[in-house]
Amino acid sequence: MKIIVTATEKDLNAPVDPRFGRCQYFITVDSETLEFNALENNQKNAMGGAGVQAAQTVSNAKVDAVITGAVGPNAFQTLKAANVKIFTGATGTVKDAVDAFKNGSLEETDMSTVGSHHGMGGGRGRRR
Amino acid sequence: MKIAIASGKGGTGKTTVAVNLALSADNAQLLDADVEEPNANLFLHTKFSEERKVTVYVPEINKDRCTYCGECSKFCAYNALAVVPNKVLVFADLCHSCKGCELVCPEDAVGWRNREVGMLRRGEQNGISVVEGDLNPGESQAIPVIKAVKQEINLEKTVIIDAPPGTSCPVMEAIEDSDFVILVTEPTPFGLHDLKLAVDVTRRMKLPFGVVINRYGVGDKRVELYCQQEEIPVLLKIPHETLIASLYSDGEPFVNHMPALKQDFQELLTRIKQEVSS
Ligand code: SF4
Ligand code: SF4
Repeated sequence: MKIIVTATEKDLNAPVDPRFGRCQYFITVDSETLEFNALENNQKNAMGGAGVQAAQTVSNAKVDAVITGAVGPNAFQTLKAANVKIFTGATGTVKDAVDAFKNGSLEETDMSTVGSHHGMGGGRGRRR
Repeated sequence: MKIAIASGKGGTGKTTVAVNLALSADNAQLLDADVEEPNANLFLHTKFSEERKVTVYVPEINKDRCTYCGECSKFCAYNALAVVPNKVLVFADLCHSCKGCELVCPEDAVGWRNREVGMLRRGEQNGISVVEGDLNPGESQAIPVIKAVKQEINLEKTVIIDAPPGTSCPVMEAIEDSDFVILVTEPTPFGLHDLKLAVDVTRRMKLPFGVVINRYGVGDKRVELYCQQEEIPVLLKIPHETLIASLYSDGEPFVNHMPALKQDFQELLTRIKQEVSS
């Protein structure tokens, strides 16, 4: 199976990046052969919609699943529509995450795991 | 004449200055462009006679035409669109209505619908016309509501614009092309810090401006010193007085009860008028 793991660096020993939309790298891994390639997330500093863009990247890569720390509602909705399975709460290295995925210890997420926000340029909260 | 009232942060008395200034002018129009928290009318108690929705365009994809090519999503600078194998997802709250997706779509599959982002209210009372923009709760698109408020500007009147606090895009939208900007601050270290940010933005926008110090008497002299060094006119110092504070908490503008302050505001207006016309 082809999966994407979000990571802070660009190889299998890199720690999993817990942020989905604002992760440093997307690592595409073949879960059987462990062949991989890394793609830099050029939207990590986006003002808003980084999650949507990351989900678009994952969808374009035509993978079966994505492993990350947490996903927001927009990214979740996009990944669901793209039929990509979502596994959250991963820790350790990319390789640890792939192993955990293979032995079934990661649980598939069926709702978004972080609240909505409007990125870095976002509005301030309404105080009334 | 258009005078915008701004401040580097909330709670400095920006709305107080806007309201009291409007009440001291003849023939004023007060625009509440602090659309996330429009409270000028809490002091003016205008009964609004008109109310309409402020809407923006968001894309609606024609499924019969769309080939899911992904061009629209690639184009959208605000990441408001995602295209997956058999669906286009529109994240309306991220969309800035630039209509670029329609231009790049090779299949002519992008249509439009209206999305409500806020309300515009108008009313008239005691010779002041009030226009209030009210952003819907949880909504992030403040700019279209501010634009709608500013469309109501009546140049026959002394136009007073209560801008949002801070120094972000909505503030710039609100104060843009005013004839004069009043920056409201407090004589405290925090007040000074935020004043400097506001001064920076106002200078970059090349707008003439001056400072009103609210709650004068608390804190220290650093705001005044700063204004002196930077050659920024201090237009008015509103004293820190119990009467002002208690009128404020009763939702009562102080110029209605303190004629001396009303005169100060009138002189302030005259001074601004002179500066604008010189
Ligand atoms: S550009 Fe047009 S045809 Fe292509 S995915 Fe977007 S809406 Fe569909
Ligand atoms: S109108 Fe502009 S911002 Fe809105 S979805 Fe289309 S391209 Fe994106």
